[in-house]
Amino acid sequence: MSQDELLHEVTASEYKYGFYSDVETDRIAAGLSEDVIRMISAKKGEPEWMTDWRLDAYRVWKEMTEPEWANVHYEKPDFQAISYYAAPVKKQINSLDELDPELLKTFEKLGISLDEQKRLSGVAMDVVVDSVSVATTFKKTLAEKGIIFCSMSEAIQEHPEMVKKYLGTVVPKSDNFYAALNSAVFTDGSFCYIPKGVRCPMELSTYFRINEAGTGQFERTLLVADEDSYVSYLEGCTAPQRDENQLHAAVVELVALDRAEIKYSTVQNWYPGDSEGKGGVYNFVTKRGICESHAKISWTQVETGSAVTWKYPSCILKGDYSVGEFYSVAVTNHRQQADTGTKMIHLGRHTKSTIISKGISAGRSHNTYRGLVRMGPRAEHARNFSQCDSLLMGDRCGAHTFPYIEVKNATARTEHEATTSKIGEDQIFYCQQRGLDMEAAIALIINGYAKDVLNQLPMEFAVEAQKLLAISLEGSVG
Amino acid sequence: MLEIKNLHASIGDKEILRGVNLTVKPGEVHAIMGPNGSGKSTLSSVIAGREDYEVTSGDILWDGQSILELAPEQRAHLGLFLSFQYPVEIPGVSVSNFVKTALNAVRTARGEEPLDASAMLKKMREALQLLEMDKGFLSRSLNEGFSGGEKKRNEIFQMAMLEPRLAILDETDSGLDIDALRIVAQGVNGLRSPKASFVVITHYQRLLDYIVPDVVHVLYKGRIVKTGDKTLAQDLEVRGYDWIKKEVE
Repeated sequence: MSQDELLHEVTASEYKYGFYSDVETDRIAAGLSEDVIRMISAKKGEPEWMTDWRLDAYRVWKEMTEPEWANVHYEKPDFQAISYYAAPVKKQINSLDELDPELLKTFEKLGISLDEQKRLSGVAMDVVVDSVSVATTFKKTLAEKGIIFCSMSEAIQEHPEMVKKYLGTVVPKSDNFYAALNSAVFTDGSFCYIPKGVRCPMELSTYFRINEAGTGQFERTLLVADEDSYVSYLEGCTAPQRDENQLHAAVVELVALDRAEIKYSTVQNWYPGDSEGKGGVYNFVTKRGICESHAKISWTQVETGSAVTWKYPSCILKGDYSVGEFYSVAVTNHRQQADTGTKMIHLGRHTKSTIISKGISAGRSHNTYRGLVRMGPRAEHARNFSQCDSLLMGDRCGAHTFPYIEVKNATARTEHEATTSKIGEDQIFYCQQRGLDMEAAIALIINGYAKDVLNQLPMEFAVEAQKLLAISLEGSVG
Repeated sequence: MLEIKNLHASIGDKEILRGVNLTVKPGEVHAIMGPNGSGKSTLSSVIAGREDYEVTSGDILWDGQSILELAPEQRAHLGLFLSFQYPVEIPGVSVSNFVKTALNAVRTARGEEPLDASAMLKKMREALQLLEMDKGFLSRSLNEGFSGGEKKRNEIFQMAMLEPRLAILDETDSGLDIDALRIVAQGVNGLRSPKASFVVITHYQRLLDYIVPDVVHVLYKGRIVKTGDKTLAQDLEVRGYDWIKKEVE
């Protein structure tokens, strides 16, 4: 097979998860105004302070303009053409059997049926389909430990004092254009609280899906780990195939109090558009965590989906001796564009951060790493290590690296390493000579390249991620 | 088992092999010698099925069947192994993972069950022993940061794992010191059997002191111009290639 044929085969694979599940949906008319926000808030039966909070965010958002600094090009969404609320009509689910069979089928197609998930070593899931949680499992086990894991809507009703105390403290309403929009219109998401000294006994997991055509989805996730606690949180995403662009602008806030540790892992596999770049999800996400003293936050992400990605999971290392980590594999194929990376803001003394970013570009895609390491004036003896590698498949894609480093303390140290490489025909031929076919060869090489990141994922997620990398880049589907 | 008939192959417009004839029977060791640029490495690449070369005429038969239309991995499944002159690095893929994946791919293609973990480990231990390598080697990234000698030993290690019916050793001796040479040769000799054949490509007699060939060929300008027994290699060591060049021209 020639190089061109090889590239064609490798890059021509279409999205595997293109389907649309036919669930009855309650949705409101397209458009955004104060009335719409009041309507969302009312539909969700929210208290007045929440409605006011949203309206405040909306007023901030109205004054803002959409950011243009990212290295991505796309048609801007028409915010008046989006419906800001869609919820499956049938609710009140006590067990999985009561779930809409259509919905279950959807999960089966994704290979993540709840039954299967339940069997898998204790994964509790808060499933979000079109903005409203429909099933929460393992709640009881968690409750025994005093762990709260529920939908954001439920948290607003049941634990208002906590939501009030932490919501918007890590990502303020005015943080950026999309965070402000999310604050105004978010419909649901997950809330999690781990009490002092508790080690969460299972991986907490949420599978997000964007389901209704034209429904922007705005999740809001808030995770609070109290002193000396530990939690590992998994987020997996797959969107069905639709022809119009779908906007996704989530906000995730993590709070790690003294000596707490949060591990947050994401596998993102949203529809990237077809091979000509038509359709596909716009993913404009704000993810940020704050670490108090001796706390640790670890972001691990495997990004293979979306037409346009704009995402920088970040850590504010506020407390002394706190630690931030960012491990990322971002794959772009066809006409996908990704501008992703992290910000490590070192405020406290002896703070430490590690950034390992692995970009893989194929087809005519563009993959950008953008990262900021900031050492504040008080960040004595702070340390950072960054490694940003790019792997190119073919000669029609692009890889870009923008590392920003700001050091305001003379005792702080930062190291940056970057490499760019190509999958060579030599490597593929070598594997073939040993008996691997081309697809197996590419999967092996890619997984080796991404190993440092995949190793950070919990076991069952790592297997899924490996498969996903293979599916995203290979000709064979299924 | 391997029969090469009047093989012509080119890269771009340049013809490199100009009518190679070679027959290797089971259990035989053939040495192919020749000056730089005579087409030795091209011959091994063409047999293994590398796409860069175009076979313009002639044929390569394996047990009497042409393999020219087979993909490189299909040739590997038949039992063809090439020890590369320049083995590539594959970062992040451990030696054990690579060998395991390769062996099971070959077994699956042949309709055999994949080896279970303990059988695999046992086999790896035996192969390591043959090549005087310690087991820390298994967890290293394939060829990454390997010395020249380690890369070549790794090739022979893989050969021992895959147990090919025909192995081509492409300048396995280049870049080896005398100790490494001895170990590699010992590895190859340990795999010799009435069923396994070898084609040893080399510039020098040196390797053939350890791996004693049944037949020696001289490849020059894309043709086999002389064939003899092991004494031919010794002659070449003493007299160089010039006398052969003169004979040919």
